Amino acid sequence: MSEYILELCNITKIFPGVKALDGVNFQLKAGEIHALMGENGAGKSTFIKVITGVHHAEEGTIFLDGKKVEFRTPLDAQRAGIAAIYQHVTSYPHLSVAENIFMGHESVKGGMIQWKEMHKRADALLSRLNAEFSSAALMSSLSVAQQQMVEIAKALSMDARIIIMDEPTAALTRSESEELYRISEKLRDEGKSIIFISHRLEDMYRLATRVTVFRDANYIGTYDVAQITPPELIKAMVGREIKELFPKPEVEIGEEVLRVENLSRAGYFRDVSFNIHAGEIVGFTGLVGAGRTEVVQTLFGIERYDSGKIIFEGKEIQIRKPQDAMRRGIGLLTEDRQECGLILDWGIGANITLPELRKYAKRHVTNEKVENTAAKQLAESVDVKAVTIFDKASSLSGGNQQKVVVAKALGSDLKLLIMDEPTKGVDVGAKAAIYEIMGELVQKGLAIIMISSEMPEILGMSDRVYVMCDGRVTGELGRGVASQEVILELAMAKHTHHAHAQGV
Amino acid sequence: MTTQVKRNIVIEKEKSLKSLFLRWETLLILLFVVVNVMNASISKNYLNTANLFTAISTFLVKGFIAFPMAYILVLGDIDLSVGSTVALSATLLGVSYNAGLPMGVAVVIALLCGTLCGLINGIILTKFTELAAMIVTLGTMTLYRGIAEMILGSQSTGGLQNVTWFYNLYYARLGAVPYIFIIFCVLAIAFGFVLHKTTFGRYLYAIGNSRVVAHYSGIPVQAIRLISFTLVGFVCGISAIYYASWAGTVRFDIATGYELEAISMVVLGGISTAGGKGNFPGTVISIFTIGLLKYGLGLINVNSQTILMIIGAILIVVVTIPNIRVQKNAAKAIKPAAKRC
Repeated sequence: MSEYILELCNITKIFPGVKALDGVNFQLKAGEIHALMGENGAGKSTFIKVITGVHHAEEGTIFLDGKKVEFRTPLDAQRAGIAAIYQHVTSYPHLSVAENIFMGHESVKGGMIQWKEMHKRADALLSRLNAEFSSAALMSSLSVAQQQMVEIAKALSMDARIIIMDEPTAALTRSESEELYRISEKLRDEGKSIIFISHRLEDMYRLATRVTVFRDANYIGTYDVAQITPPELIKAMVGREIKELFPKPEVEIGEEVLRVENLSRAGYFRDVSFNIHAGEIVGFTGLVGAGRTEVVQTLFGIERYDSGKIIFEGKEIQIRKPQDAMRRGIGLLTEDRQECGLILDWGIGANITLPELRKYAKRHVTNEKVENTAAKQLAESVDVKAVTIFDKASSLSGGNQQKVVVAKALGSDLKLLIMDEPTKGVDVGAKAAIYEIMGELVQKGLAIIMISSEMPEILGMSDRVYVMCDGRVTGELGRGVASQEVILELAMAKHTHHAHAQGV
Repeated sequence: MTTQVKRNIVIEKEKSLKSLFLRWETLLILLFVVVNVMNASISKNYLNTANLFTAISTFLVKGFIAFPMAYILVLGDIDLSVGSTVALSATLLGVSYNAGLPMGVAVVIALLCGTLCGLINGIILTKFTELAAMIVTLGTMTLYRGIAEMILGSQSTGGLQNVTWFYNLYYARLGAVPYIFIIFCVLAIAFGFVLHKTTFGRYLYAIGNSRVVAHYSGIPVQAIRLISFTLVGFVCGISAIYYASWAGTVRFDIATGYELEAISMVVLGGISTAGGKGNFPGTVISIFTIGLLKYGLGLINVNSQTILMIIGAILIVVVTIPNIRVQKNAAKAIKPAAKRC
């Protein structure tokens, strides 16, 4: 019996024109949580797909329990006890939890599905995970965290011994992440092995015993978590040292750009009031579902509001559709850039010029030369890693896609830029670049509203922080006063005790 | 932390000969040539200009509809009600004329009727954005035809060719070239220009790729859909006028199957029903390819059912070819090698 339950040696995977993996190694012990880290594009996802039989490696060997194996199809890997849980939960939203868990391997007797038995087994699995919902619940009625639990239950129902979690905490709140940590540790103690992929250093230090780092399709090394410091780890991932992650420059705060008074929308948010000045970065934080996204979507005309006032540059305005917001110089970068921000099939240039097409056209007749020049300048101004402006948006990494979305917004004469989770799913290097762009923008006198669930980002970048909970603003904190503890307390403040204007 | 030099992003597009040969239009032109060679070898008279234009004129009557249908398919929508809209518009034209109205007024009524039919489709689909265009226009397809049947019953309304200028709409020629052909060319250029060279056209593609992204980019998605559906109705009105001029009489059950022919022409032209892809020249080529193929098969007395089967088969084959290529590229053979680390 080998020391390792799963061992991959010298794996090379070539896509047309690109080496996605170049002789990488990986060793997984039984009953360990092993973190896999690296920037976007380092080859983590490809590597996972090799383990799960989705991709075939051109070179290299996979050993399972010391025996050489070959996974030709995902089914082979599944039969070998390997299950993967992806960042974007891939489930059937209109079916029940039990149906989702047993999809593809239902309990069948004489051609009939044994519903009772299936629900019983599903409930048993769920209670093993301390889930607080029943197997009869509809998948779509669950939160992302709960849906992940269903995915884990599904893996367990197939007797998975090796569970791969790809960015599982990306869409989770802090307390939900804690719950996931607990489940992971429980599974580990039961002897399962977990491969944990995450951008959050926090996740890794909290959970893993060992960490393997990939960079640019290469294997960099495997380290004991206890013996590697965050700077060392970042250096291993990025290949250079990142000294200052939050370069919010000192900027003179100018005139008030936007004031919102008692904005309400039934069922979503209530009596939301805040303001923002030119040159200021205002952070909005709180738990997922606190209503932050809904508020900014209202400001951009995606959602409607029932009552309240929006005062922009001293004048009360009505915003009913995105055009109303854009005309006044309000831009929105959505949290889900692939769904709402980019046409993935288009080149980055066409994406960038789309909102301001009229500006580059003469009497509605488009002028591609003008468009292309403008797109090139905008793309270069945010340093998109692309060769031509015709590179498809889908070919870029998450961080570079985000840069394209920023460039797209910058094509308009912006006064206020709203960024919803601007660094979600973005690797460390690109994160720093996005912070740097934010810094440049406020220096030019823009106002930025930044929604974020990441505490370091909120504390590092914001001049002021508004904390939301259950659709209300529960506190406003100035730079210096805001701390992790205070914010957390406000974010979970069920009763509004307006901690107004502390230190502002 | 801007220690790196900012990169230069180039504007030049990579051009490769290979991709030119694999392009959809190349395939289409090939098919077009094959059809013509076939027709010419079947009938000595095929390449006679006057005959050829007579043949072309007959399918141009419905060929018009493929223009706005291309817009609708680029949007990711579909319109099944076009045949019924043509029938209803032509019915109103005939009925108004025979009720004593001047032909000029009857023609305007037909145009208004078509436009209104399209507008109704558009209003339903843009007010209730969750509804699928397929279902709504399937409903109006039977609705519009039903109204035409209520008006005419089993009667026909005729005598339309007694008005000389109306007769000339379809039959008059400039030299050997029918006016309908000239109008068709002008409209083709106009529709192609709008689709490929204006902001409106770009918005159609953006919406077809992702309504959500288009909405967030400040594009008036629903207004553009409304305009497009109304445009389809208007062009159906034009088609109805030419139909009446061509046939001279109108029944409620004319123009059945126009919707499928128009959609086939557009899809064969390379615009996918999934939206956001394809281009206009392809549509124009395929209007002629399908039209002439039907004409050629008619020359050798293939019956109309068989013609439909052949066109269906060609459509499936041609639409499948690019997909076969894509799948082939995806599934590359791999040979694993064993090495211990």
